[in-house]
Amino acid sequence: MPKVFYTQPHGSERVIDAAAGDSVMSTAVTNGVTGIVGQCGGTLSCATCHVYLAEDDLKYFDPPTEDEDDLLDCTASDREDTSRLSCQLILREGVDVHVTVPDEQA
Amino acid sequence: MSRPDDNGGGTGDPPLGVAVVGASHAAVHLADRLRAGGYTGALTLIGGEPHLPYQRPPLSKAWLKGDGSATSLVLRAENHYADNGIELLSGTVAEKADRDGDGVILQLRRADGSRETRSFDRLVLATGARARRLEIPGSDHRDVLVLRELDDARRLAERIGCGPVVVIGGGFIGLEVAATLRGLGAEVTVVEAGPRPMGRAVGSGTADFLLAAHAEMGVDIALAAEPTEIVVAGDRIRGVRLADGREIPAATVLVGVGAEPRTELAEQLGLECDRGVVVDEQCLASDGRTLAIGDCTIQVSRSGGRVRLESVDNAIEQANAAAATILGHDVPQRPAPWFWSDQGSWKLQIVGLVDENADVVIRSDIGKPQRRVTLYFAEDALIAAECVNAPADFVAVRSALARGVRPSRDELADNGVALKKLLAALG
Repeated sequence: MPKVFYTQPHGSERVIDAAAGDSVMSTAVTNGVTGIVGQCGGTLSCATCHVYLAEDDLKYFDPPTEDEDDLLDCTASDREDTSRLSCQLILREGVDVHVTVPDEQA
Repeated sequence: MSRPDDNGGGTGDPPLGVAVVGASHAAVHLADRLRAGGYTGALTLIGGEPHLPYQRPPLSKAWLKGDGSATSLVLRAENHYADNGIELLSGTVAEKADRDGDGVILQLRRADGSRETRSFDRLVLATGARARRLEIPGSDHRDVLVLRELDDARRLAERIGCGPVVVIGGGFIGLEVAATLRGLGAEVTVVEAGPRPMGRAVGSGTADFLLAAHAEMGVDIALAAEPTEIVVAGDRIRGVRLADGREIPAATVLVGVGAEPRTELAEQLGLECDRGVVVDEQCLASDGRTLAIGDCTIQVSRSGGRVRLESVDNAIEQANAAAATILGHDVPQRPAPWFWSDQGSWKLQIVGLVDENADVVIRSDIGKPQRRVTLYFAEDALIAAECVNAPADFVAVRSALARGVRPSRDELADNGVALKKLLAALG
């Protein structure tokens, strides 16, 4: 069962036991993790599930598609090299993921 | 909590708390916002459906396509409610509401038929809307369906592979279902009364653009067409008869002709209703005490106009406003409303409300013929945008409007420069 580690901007952390096949966004939303909104439900429509992915975890995911890349330019908090939309980060068995939630989403 | 030495005339009694009728997207968001804002009183969500609160938008799209189970629709995991002191009464219908001083008494009917009377300090109506039915001969047939709730979607999913489908109504839901079913191989015809689809929701250019998209997908759309009868042969539907005499073959009919707000409880409480529960910007109803949020409402804006919106964005923004009102905080000014509709692989996103008299700038990209952005201007300031397959442009406009950036037509006319670059340069 993959674990997701969510760190808030002020440093507090929540660890959720997730299901492979779910996204980092849906795992956060269904468990009420603060700061990840995911208003469109994961259809690349809203850019409200922005996270900073831990550098060591970048290798587990394909790079952003063109649409995700475009949307990342328009997030409420500044884009960094590790920025991803968490609805596009699909969890796999045996891979734990660490993300930091930005200050603002919408 | 009440303590034995507490003799303050009842002020030490435990709070009766807030009741939210309708366990919807708006209700769940409100509950979370109240807890995040420090509300420690009792909090009860009362929902008529037997399911955990879930997302409705995927019902016409990903869920219908079979991309997800009911679990993936769930808004919050089951333990989230208990963990946050939220009492969730699923399968429970609030049949009647009566005033009790500043509070309210609700008569509840549980799924097993048992009844209970409960008192609350404060009532929030999140009762949503019901699908409008069609009143023509044959429309009571069991294979004439609507799509509003998970159980509706399950009935529709059971009809996949059972022959041609006619969708009555070319609005968002009708077109989304048509595209999804077509993608699954069904023969689909959309019957729309108006001269173009999505008549009330989008401009004519965007509507025509998406009409062409549906033609490409192989969805037939009959415009200016009035259905007069669901033709039934034996115990099966055979087709849909139109006013011009044509009969379109159908084994299943989906009616998507709009929704009617559920205002029964509001009316029992004597609250003003006008195509919805009338609320102000704080989401207070006409008694200044009861709140209402989401699809059941019609909101009076600062300019005095009445706006009825049915969208996830509206549910969330009104939940934010209602939470602020209950917590005694100022209600922040609301950003421009936004909507989305995924129709097959075509993604329509709208931000802002379009004025009939607005001026228009079209931005297209020869290299991307499926992309089209329509910008609307009032008094030469940007007010709204309709974006087809252009999510970055949509987010850029939404964010500019939220920042108060209102560029002129000339400032956004250069098709050669990405909209997000033009807008970012303006502040």
